[in-house]
Amino acid sequence: MADTSPEALRRVALIGNPNVGKTTLFNLLTGMRQKVGNYPGVTVERKVGRLDGEPPIEIIDLPGSYSLSPKSADERVAYDVLMGHLPNERIPDLVVCVVDASNLERNLYLVSQVMDTGLPTIVALNMTDAAEEAGLHIDATKLQEELGLPVIPMVAARNGGVGKLKYRMRQDQLPPTAERKWEIMPVVDEGLPFLVDQLEEYVQPHGRRIEVLQCLTNDAMLTYWKERAPAFHAAVLEERNRLSKLKAPYQQSEIMGRYNWISPVIARVVSRSKADGALTVSDRIDAVLTHRLAGPVLFGFLLLVIFQAVFTWATPAMDLIESGVGSLGQLVRGIAPPSMVTDLLVDGVIAGVGNVAVFLPQILLLFFFLGLMEDTGYMARSAFIMDRVMSRVGLSGGSVVPLLSSFACAIPGIMAARTLANPRDRLITIMVAPLMSCSARLPVYTLFIAAFLPTGTVLGFFTFQGIAMFSMYLLGTVMAFVAAFILRRFVFNKGDSSFFAMELPPYRLPRMRQILWRMVDRSKAFVVRAGKIIFGMSIILWVLATFPMTDPPEAMVTEQTSLDETKAQRVEGLVDGGVEREEAIALIDVEFADDVQAIDARIVAWQVERSFIGRLGHAIEPVMRPLGFDWKISAGIISAFAAREVIISALATIYSVGDVDEDSPLLREQLKADTYEDGSPVYTPLVAVSLLVFFVLALQCMSTLAIARRETNSWKWPAVMWLYMTGLAYLFSLIIYQGGQALGWG
Amino acid sequence: MTLLDLKPGQRARMTGWSTETPPSRLLEMGLLPGSDVELVRFAPLGDPIDIKIRGFHLSIRKSEAGLVDVETI
Repeated sequence: MADTSPEALRRVALIGNPNVGKTTLFNLLTGMRQKVGNYPGVTVERKVGRLDGEPPIEIIDLPGSYSLSPKSADERVAYDVLMGHLPNERIPDLVVCVVDASNLERNLYLVSQVMDTGLPTIVALNMTDAAEEAGLHIDATKLQEELGLPVIPMVAARNGGVGKLKYRMRQDQLPPTAERKWEIMPVVDEGLPFLVDQLEEYVQPHGRRIEVLQCLTNDAMLTYWKERAPAFHAAVLEERNRLSKLKAPYQQSEIMGRYNWISPVIARVVSRSKADGALTVSDRIDAVLTHRLAGPVLFGFLLLVIFQAVFTWATPAMDLIESGVGSLGQLVRGIAPPSMVTDLLVDGVIAGVGNVAVFLPQILLLFFFLGLMEDTGYMARSAFIMDRVMSRVGLSGGSVVPLLSSFACAIPGIMAARTLANPRDRLITIMVAPLMSCSARLPVYTLFIAAFLPTGTVLGFFTFQGIAMFSMYLLGTVMAFVAAFILRRFVFNKGDSSFFAMELPPYRLPRMRQILWRMVDRSKAFVVRAGKIIFGMSIILWVLATFPMTDPPEAMVTEQTSLDETKAQRVEGLVDGGVEREEAIALIDVEFADDVQAIDARIVAWQVERSFIGRLGHAIEPVMRPLGFDWKISAGIISAFAAREVIISALATIYSVGDVDEDSPLLREQLKADTYEDGSPVYTPLVAVSLLVFFVLALQCMSTLAIARRETNSWKWPAVMWLYMTGLAYLFSLIIYQGGQALGWG
Repeated sequence: MTLLDLKPGQRARMTGWSTETPPSRLLEMGLLPGSDVELVRFAPLGDPIDIKIRGFHLSIRKSEAGLVDVETI
């Protein structure tokens, strides 16, 4: 049997510009046999799959790249994999460079760089249908001659040419190494051989020249060699000096040299059947979608639809999940004997799973719409429309979608920031994304607004409560912009202004399979990453609220006992009166249900107050008092630092109203009825506003911290994030409560 | 004249950059002396702009577009 261990398999790397159908091809080749992970030390997704058959092939999907001169973490990884710079990452045996036939000239730029790595390369000439539609006919045979590489015309979206590509990938004989076709300006060229020699010990022969060119123009690339090859490092710096003195435009020499070769090649292989200036369908769509007036209106309308979908359409599914989790808990309680293990299982484990699962409908819907925007090409237009607004706070249009996604959940929002090429823009976007009001805040807003803010309308149309809800979203958004501005101005104020260069790819019909695939893929990432943490915290919370166990005070026990005695006497009375015993018990149980529940609730509340969570609440109460929060709210806030929505179940536990959600009138009434010892209410509208503002601004989400840690690859930024957001929350709540009291609104 | 002096829909030939250090991403996208450029439209809020170069649409900000010298064809 052939050796099919990963080490022995042929390893093929897929590379290509963004929007060329590379991922479609990868999915086609590998099906569901994919492994998604991360490259060590960086936050770039590593996708590896297997093409079955004889022999099987390992396929690695490199991040979409315009160039091998890295401008982003994604492109850096693509280059490093091809050059073998990454530990434990075997150099590919073969590279498949996927190019967009309708946009051949710019795509050949990357091809010319890949050729320079010296790796055997196949060119997958994809989207030939789109090219024909645009009136471009490409002579593939001629292109093959010009490049000296095998060229396979394809329409990957419709499976065209895939068989041929598979065949070429399997052939024993790898395509020959391409020869360099382009010339660099002589003044730069004459310095290269010496530098190339310096890399003799470190880089495979074919890759040396491109490595030298990278280091000549890119500091990040040069730093890689500082320790590894000091002589080379020094020689490059010296060469840069020499070229600067000669005033040679060496920074641009590589790019110009490549295009000087590419443009004539294009002229020879591409023939046009339509005038260059002819309007395409895509151009016509753009005339509407990016129109001065219609563009922003339609964009706003689309956002409205997405919001509507996420908040409204998801509700039935969320209710279903909630009631499902509820009945599962009941079922377990019905089967299992009442014990601590059962409590842990129902209140900890099942409720914990429910806390994660309940967000799934919203997240799936959001990812569906994001996928739709990406796949049709509208995403780039949204950045085009919004860039002006974002540039005011030092960001670019590219941050719009990550920030908007954060309205559903900061986790996908932070993950979506990966698309930003500028690392500073990316970091700022990550840092402010959690200020956008996510769906986990919604239940908290709902509960407190419904319970404590006045009903009634303004202008006969807007309800007070609706305006309050809107204000919460507005406050979070405004603060995100302010924070971005401050970060940009005072923390990340070095370096050039974030410049913006974004392709506006042609519109195309969405491919549902791709969109659904990605939707499931990303949602899985959420469930696994956030799920683990929320689940774990739910169990810890249960423990904190349950232990240490204390006996209820004598008076309550007596009360409970006497209630039981009263019930027993009444039952006997009915039995004496001729009622069946079972029936009598049932009748009395119903009659006394409220009383029993009341005393039970008081006992639980008494115990919770003495549990860890109650003690913690009491411990921080002095700090929280100036914001208007008593020990119960404080304890709720502590528990909500794991995940915001937990405050509702925490308050439910503390007020011992059993299993509730934010719409529960029971919890609302309990909250309204709660008083301090002097009889004044714990919750006034002012306290509620203070609490709401606290929830708008505070970073109460372990999952966000965890994902920020992953994406920034340090604990520093999540720590800064937590501190500044919690600081803001405290400050604003303090101002609101103290200010409100001073104005006599208390 | 620069790219910004063109009217929407007008084509021109690029003559050079009026800066020593043009953003290399824009060079890689093919914004090089000698290439034909069309100013397609301005974004709804006036910035950035949509240009067509080497057969594809690219969005760049006015601040960069103002550095691109062009001549009418």
